[in-house]
Amino acid sequence: MDNLQVYLIIAALLFSLGLFAVITRRNAIAVLMGVELILNAANLNLIAFARFGGMNITGHIFALFVIVLAAAEVAVALAIILNIYQNFNSINVDEAQQLKQ
Amino acid sequence: MNNIQSIRLFIPELIIVVTILIGIIADLIYSRQKSFKVGYWILGGLILSLFAVLMHDEHNVLTLFTDMVTLDPFAVLLKTIILISTILVVIISRYNNEFNNYRTGEYHILIAITVFGMMLMVSAVDILLIYLAIEIVSIMSFVLAGYLKQNKRSNESALKYVIYGAFSSGLMLFGMSILFGMTGSTKLYLIANSLAQLGPASNFAMIIALVLILAGFAYKISVVPFHFWTPDVYEGAPTTITAFLSVAPKAAGFAVLIRFFHIVFGDAGAMQAGNWITLTDIPWGQILALLSVLTMTLGNVVAIQQSNIKRMLAYSSIAHAGYMLMVIPVLSTESIFAIAFYIFVYTIMNLGAFFVVIAVKNDTGGETFDDYTGIGWRMPLIGIIMTIFMFSLTGLPPTAGFIGKFYLFAALIKGGTQFYWLAFVGVINSVISLYYYMRVVKVMYFDGDSQKELARPVLPITSILIVLAFTTILFGIYWAPLSDWIRNSLIFYISSL
Repeated sequence: MDNLQVYLIIAALLFSLGLFAVITRRNAIAVLMGVELILNAANLNLIAFARFGGMNITGHIFALFVIVLAAAEVAVALAIILNIYQNFNSINVDEAQQLKQ
Repeated sequence: MNNIQSIRLFIPELIIVVTILIGIIADLIYSRQKSFKVGYWILGGLILSLFAVLMHDEHNVLTLFTDMVTLDPFAVLLKTIILISTILVVIISRYNNEFNNYRTGEYHILIAITVFGMMLMVSAVDILLIYLAIEIVSIMSFVLAGYLKQNKRSNESALKYVIYGAFSSGLMLFGMSILFGMTGSTKLYLIANSLAQLGPASNFAMIIALVLILAGFAYKISVVPFHFWTPDVYEGAPTTITAFLSVAPKAAGFAVLIRFFHIVFGDAGAMQAGNWITLTDIPWGQILALLSVLTMTLGNVVAIQQSNIKRMLAYSSIAHAGYMLMVIPVLSTESIFAIAFYIFVYTIMNLGAFFVVIAVKNDTGGETFDDYTGIGWRMPLIGIIMTIFMFSLTGLPPTAGFIGKFYLFAALIKGGTQFYWLAFVGVINSVISLYYYMRVVKVMYFDGDSQKELARPVLPITSILIVLAFTTILFGIYWAPLSDWIRNSLIFYISSL
């Protein structure tokens, strides 16, 4: 467990799982969880590259910023989903169909 | 330049930050009925910031905060466009009846934060800051789109926006993480240097990284196939926010796109037509050309079928993004000039068209074509102004839209014979767009009975519309000052080694 490839493969797997969740899930919370997986995959990449690439601390700083932003994004998204629940009584993405296609 | 020295040159952004703080405190003090007064503080801050931006000594390329942000004439130009459009939107917001039962203090604060993010977006030269700035703009836009909490359509538009937005920025971030790993840096000019030395063994990873990063940019400027959020968000959001989202973040998105391509793909500022660094053996220029064709064709063809004016203008804004993207493959000074000119013109005419939608909605309470029957007789001035904007959006002389399109096509023709087909597709698309823009004019003047009584929109809306319409005509006849100003602003930060 001490080479770059292992971490990159895990990150790619996390990314694929996140992508899968976003595309297939109809529950808004589950979609958000997929997005979180994608962000964490990117974080893992950044830190693995910074650790094994012999690079400076930039990668770690980048990952810290991403963590903060992910929290902000989820806070806003949950507020919007809560509002959706109050108005539609559902958090299914497909049931919000007021705007015509 | 180090952090302490940079602060002196960061004054426009700092003014916005102070304005945001003042707005938050003021919103705590004002009662519900007086909450709109926060808007006056924000308006004052934005105007001050605009002056601070314009006071900057031109032709002076600097980087601030240890190469995080650049201060070049191109950034100044884009900041000016963003601030002017936001000031107009803030003024109009006061007279938008959609907000009648809402506290609007937070609304203005959120707009100011978005402006701060966009000012960073147009000047960022570090992928970390590009990501942060895009996220600041996106997260605030999610809240703004869903600002009408009791309105189901506004809710739904916010939900769709947040899902597409979070997903696309996630993709972009993953691409950036790979790019960082390949090049070992987050600064664009260092990335460009390292890319030139990468061998063919890294092609596959580079393709993935660049495609994912492009997905993030494409979402911001709503390019096919990342356009799905645009019609729903534009239709459901409050109309002032639709006007805002359709111009300012789009201009900022194009600025990021141009900077990224210019530094990473361009030949270190040589700016010769078609002189792309052949990264990864993939013809990026042709791919972008294809995307632009898809974008404008889809925008125009779907816009024809719409019965809601806001939704029609949303598809038209997709089409306009396609026109602007069309010249990016040329990657010459001429093409970037054409894009900058078109962004300016598009900002004026698109804001105008959406402000007319607000004026009509305040009167008739609706935004479908049925609500526009006889508007030309009922509100004569608004009818004439809307006709001017529709002509300009189509690109007919003597309006600024014509000059903008002319420069776009001229840049393509100068780019060489391999771009002639793009110009041809662009012209065909302009003809298609004539149909649905003129349909608005037809409905306003020739449908329904013309015996209705006159209606008079409030004075501020009318006067801003008159100014915008006058500018549209003026730049269609005498555009030399504008084109000189923009041409002088095309000085980019390239590298600082």
